[in-house]
Amino acid sequence: MIRLSIPLRQALARLSLPVLIAVAFGTMLLGRADALLVERARMVLADALTPIWAAVQEPVTAVRQGIEEVQSLWYLRSENARLTEENDRLRRWQAAALALEAENALLRRQLSWIPDPTPQFRTARVVADGGGTYARAVLLATGPQHDIRKGQVALDERGFVGRVTEVGSRSARVLLATDINSRVPVIIEGSRARAMMVGGNTARPRLQHWPEGVQPRDGDRVVTSAEAGAFPAGLPVGVVRRTEGGAAEVELFAQLERLDVLRLFDFGLAGILPPEAVARPEPRGRR
Amino acid sequence: MARKGRPAPPMGLMRQLDAGARAVFPAAFTVFLLVMAAVPVGVPGLVVAVAVPSVFFWTVFRPGAMPPPIVFALGLLQDLLGFTPLGSGGLILLLMHGVALRGRTWLARASFLWGWLAFCAVAAGAVLLGWLFQALLGWQRPPFVPGLTLLGIMAGGYPALAFVLSRMHMAMQRAEDALR
Repeated sequence: MIRLSIPLRQALARLSLPVLIAVAFGTMLLGRADALLVERARMVLADALTPIWAAVQEPVTAVRQGIEEVQSLWYLRSENARLTEENDRLRRWQAAALALEAENALLRRQLSWIPDPTPQFRTARVVADGGGTYARAVLLATGPQHDIRKGQVALDERGFVGRVTEVGSRSARVLLATDINSRVPVIIEGSRARAMMVGGNTARPRLQHWPEGVQPRDGDRVVTSAEAGAFPAGLPVGVVRRTEGGAAEVELFAQLERLDVLRLFDFGLAGILPPEAVARPEPRGRR
Repeated sequence: MARKGRPAPPMGLMRQLDAGARAVFPAAFTVFLLVMAAVPVGVPGLVVAVAVPSVFFWTVFRPGAMPPPIVFALGLLQDLLGFTPLGSGGLILLLMHGVALRGRTWLARASFLWGWLAFCAVAAGAVLLGWLFQALLGWQRPPFVPGLTLLGIMAGGYPALAFVLSRMHMAMQRAEDALR
């Protein structure tokens, strides 16, 4: 070790705080200038920590399931009554759905309809919170060999969750639909009006930019739109809820507070290009 | 004639290891807490809510084990884990470290209640700075509610965290006194 005189050491100790504050400023600027480098660093760290998180996830999940178990025992009677009622309702819907399915198949045969190819998907477990105070995202453990790409669509068992924004070698980050940077083109079923679903870090994203003359009504179903080629059409998203102030929000089908396992679909769409794929304009040659 | 005391025994390997472990413990435990805070339990932003009180506590009670380079490294880790703008967490933690270091002589002796109140004030400053950086770097006005929630979590969680950390601090102090 290098021996330094005491005054020099004291001076160095006093200097280190302001110097490091300046370095932190520099890092902020560097992070703005080279977003790709920062992203790679984040994913390398996430890849390294994913096995630890996956191991910790097991007892956490066990505790959470235990709590849910106790809650369900507590509400057993009322839950049973609700489910019986719901089951009756769903039976009627099932009959309607079977009739519609038969009719649909008949009509498709007459129109020689080309069906959409069945999309490939793979499942991945949520292991860590990939957001922060001002972001809503989750980190998935994907296993070492995977073919997950940026832009793939994540769904839970009920509906749309978000999109893959960063991919590491054994982890991937999914930006949730509630994040402040999330913009999803949607269609309001019923009126078939197009709109944008805009996240705001709250539980319910807002609807914006619907066409004039159409009002999203409370209870309308919202599905994704194929506009811009980023999503396939018709993925279930949620239902419209009007707030007291009159704003239109979407109550998502997906349970974003307790995401467990996500399905990542590859629809083969490349509507929104990752930043590194966007060609920068060539500098003009000097004369 | 003044009696000469026994010369101090040379630092043996075990004692060096012991002292080293004590010097590294605050930073290592904070890293552990940061990594564990990223496990999803339904509350977003826990990583920041753990980093700020840990750095504050160790700066006040054991500043030798929480020098600025360690604070900076913890800030970088926090930013990488929390997907916040890289460097902003480090900057906030360093500024907070500087403030806590200034008030250290008073804070280390003050009662717990005063320490808690001081922490709440410092945490409010940290949350405000975090909001400002988010607004400047993202060039849009982020909502206020998540920041206030974060402040609530930090202020409410500080007594529990400080209780655990002060137990560890006292255990280390006892070991140091025994060796003297």
